[in-house]
Amino acid sequence: MQGRNRHHDGKSGGEFKSRHIVGSRPNRYWIERAAAILFALVLWQAGAMLLNRKLLLVTPVAVAQRLVSLCAEAGFFKTIAFSFARIMFGYFLALIIGCVLAIIAGRFHIAEVTLWPFIHAIKSVPVASFIILCLIWLSSRNLSIFISFLMVLPIIYTNMLQGIKSTDAGLLEMAKLFRVGLLKKMKYIYLPQIKPYLLSACTISIGMSWKAGIAAEVIGIPDGSIGERLYEAKVYLSSADLFAWTVVIIFVSILFEKIFLFLLKRFYMRLEKS
Amino acid sequence: MDIVVSDLVKKFGDNLVLDRFSATMERNGITCIMGPSGCGKTTLLNIMMGLLHPDSGSVEGVPHLKSAVFQEDRLCEAFNAVSNVALVCGKKADKTQIKAHLESIGIDDFAKPVGEFSGGMKRRVAIVRAIMARSDIIFLDEPFKGLDENTRDETIGYIKDHIGGRTVIMVTHNADEVKALGGRLIEM
Repeated sequence: MQGRNRHHDGKSGGEFKSRHIVGSRPNRYWIERAAAILFALVLWQAGAMLLNRKLLLVTPVAVAQRLVSLCAEAGFFKTIAFSFARIMFGYFLALIIGCVLAIIAGRFHIAEVTLWPFIHAIKSVPVASFIILCLIWLSSRNLSIFISFLMVLPIIYTNMLQGIKSTDAGLLEMAKLFRVGLLKKMKYIYLPQIKPYLLSACTISIGMSWKAGIAAEVIGIPDGSIGERLYEAKVYLSSADLFAWTVVIIFVSILFEKIFLFLLKRFYMRLEKS
Repeated sequence: MDIVVSDLVKKFGDNLVLDRFSATMERNGITCIMGPSGCGKTTLLNIMMGLLHPDSGSVEGVPHLKSAVFQEDRLCEAFNAVSNVALVCGKKADKTQIKAHLESIGIDDFAKPVGEFSGGMKRRVAIVRAIMARSDIIFLDEPFKGLDENTRDETIGYIKDHIGGRTVIMVTHNADEVKALGGRLIEM
């Protein structure tokens, strides 16, 4: 068990390790990454200048200018809030239902077998097929909730089930012998054991929920969504708008991921110290 | 009523670990089971704890409330020593009392998760956990593994002081430990 935990900590802690190694020069990690981003931006700027066709590839400077003007627009934050609320609702719904289903499947083998075809179907079917199918069932306003839910559910379910299944049998035997109650078992045994799986599932699925949710909005074109703005950028052949909104999506997605993972890790720190 | 083990047989694949083993162990007393590695001591203990089923034979008279020091420490590594002991102490876990028990065998770091403890410290936490749990019988599977001589003697003293009339069954392959803990000896 300890070996497995270390492996997983190592997985999520790869970033940590590399930062730790350069501990004598703490800023090096960030300097390296900033330099890499700067290099990519320079390459992009040079490429756009060489091509010299705004329609095909807009310069990063033009994107930055468009971004600034977008921020000043009246409906900018409302548009972000519209998409954010729906995509995150779908995400949290999938997180809760995925965890519950994984607990049931971990406890009852028949439930795992029964769920298997559904989970695999959701994993394998292309997101575009789901979006078109769901457009028949749902209003386009709520399509992104369902699509982000569908994309996140199998990731959460599969990771959580794997975590539950890999719970140390020795600790469970100990809990049985000492007659430890279910709530204490959850706190002391299951939650710490699933920690690397949960963190890994959350990290992967937040980005996925944004990609799928925005794709659903681009196809469904609900009023006041980021997807609608991307669709308009396509219709009006505005590369600057397309890139600027893409930057917004990436920024919001990463910001949410960092905040959510920070809170999750804090929850675990408190749990372990209690 | 004594604990009666009758004609226990346990096989793992083709490996016959217990071959019609029988013994009687005194209730509310100390019994030490000694034998070389691989003779089936841990298997016998696991059957008595109800964690393994024998292929045939029976065990009678084992009290319902059990506690144990397993061959491995089986601690919740992310939690501190006090939490690990409190886990098995029921709703009325008295943290001051737990700390006093831990301190009495040299564990005074209550902040660190036990995952950061040395092997010997983990072993002592596992021993305090078994002693403080509400139980009528305590199973000890090589409980002093990894302890130096002084710590081992201290720990044996701690166990003797806190048995409180409960049944103790200890498995070991070390004659000195049997001598120090006392009680009846069964050789396998």
